[in-house]
Amino acid sequence: MKIAIPVDEKTLESNVCASFGRTPYFLIYDAETKESVFIDNNAAASTGGAGIKAAQTIVDNKANVLLTPRCGENAADVLKSADIKIFKTAPASAKDNIDDFIDGKLSLLDEIHAGFHGHGGN
Amino acid sequence: MRIAVLSGKGGTGKTLVSVNLAAIAKASTYIDCDVEEPNGHLLFKPEGIQEEEIPVKIPKVNHELCNGCRKCIDFCKFNALAYIKNKLIVFDEVCHSCGGCIMLCPEKALIEKEKIIGKVQKGTSNAVTIYTGILNTGEASGIPIIKRLLAEENPEANKQTFIDCPPGSACIVMESIKDADYCILVAEPTLFGVHNLNMVYKLVKLFNKPFGVVLNKCLEEENPAEKFCLEKNIKILDRIPFDTNLGTLNSNAKIAVRKNKKYRDMFSSLLKTVTKEVQHETITNP
Repeated sequence: MKIAIPVDEKTLESNVCASFGRTPYFLIYDAETKESVFIDNNAAASTGGAGIKAAQTIVDNKANVLLTPRCGENAADVLKSADIKIFKTAPASAKDNIDDFIDGKLSLLDEIHAGFHGHGGN
Repeated sequence: MRIAVLSGKGGTGKTLVSVNLAAIAKASTYIDCDVEEPNGHLLFKPEGIQEEEIPVKIPKVNHELCNGCRKCIDFCKFNALAYIKNKLIVFDEVCHSCGGCIMLCPEKALIEKEKIIGKVQKGTSNAVTIYTGILNTGEASGIPIIKRLLAEENPEANKQTFIDCPPGSACIVMESIKDADYCILVAEPTLFGVHNLNMVYKLVKLFNKPFGVVLNKCLEEENPAEKFCLEKNIKILDRIPFDTNLGTLNSNAKIAVRKNKKYRDMFSSLLKTVTKEVQHETITNP
């Protein structure tokens, strides 16, 4: 199983990025091989629709689950169409969140926000 | 003569100035381009309203023809398309209806479909013709509505036209002032007001528009916006005092010049100044 997480830095000890669509990197962790791959999020500087583009990256990298503190409506639609489940991270490192997820300690992200779209919050 | 009224932020008095100028002019057209929150109609209460829906063209996928080449996805600057499980998805609300993806698709798998994004209302109040643009909530851009509002037949050549712009200095404001003959910038007497005045000042300079400033809500004390105008050698058209009576009339959706002689005189004098400025501009920069 492949696990995707938005991260601030390219290390397993990195914090989970507060933004899904505009995170600088994604960590793709393979739970079977224990291999970590860091990919640049080319949606970070988008004028709009960053969540859609970032979600496309997650789909294209064949992740099965996404661990994130939050997620917008459009990105969630993309992930849902690809049958990718979204789990809510705890305020800890990427590695700790992966361990917690594997131990079944993370719950599904049930709160999908309507997006910020340049208005700084809603 | 098309006069656009704009400001860097909301609540400075764009609608107060444009509505009262339109009401004091003999015969005029008032166009509310603040399509996300039009409020001029609340003051004018126009009669005989005619409505027109405004459509835009957005892409629709023919899944049988799409081969998943993703050229459309790579092209879209707004990321309105995604390709999931061998299926192209369009996010209608994110699409800015540029039509690029449709032109680009080598398989002709994208076709145009119409989507209504809002409407334009036309009505009258005494000798004023009122146009109001209304953008539906959640739509990406009000520009198609503004284009329709400012379409050539609306501002009649023999009448004075007042364009009530959206706040700020983004694309939607640029579209509103594009064909204006003169711009009135409305500013508040605060540091924040100066910051926002500077934004629209830069915009009208960039567009090479003749312009002047109306200082609104003026108090006895020092006015940072006035200081800014003096430093930059900007024409001050008028100083509207901080006046609770004027504020109350406006808050109760009453048009000040139709209620009180003092305000009639005030806005007549402003209109005279603006008209003179516009004529001066036409002579010096035809």
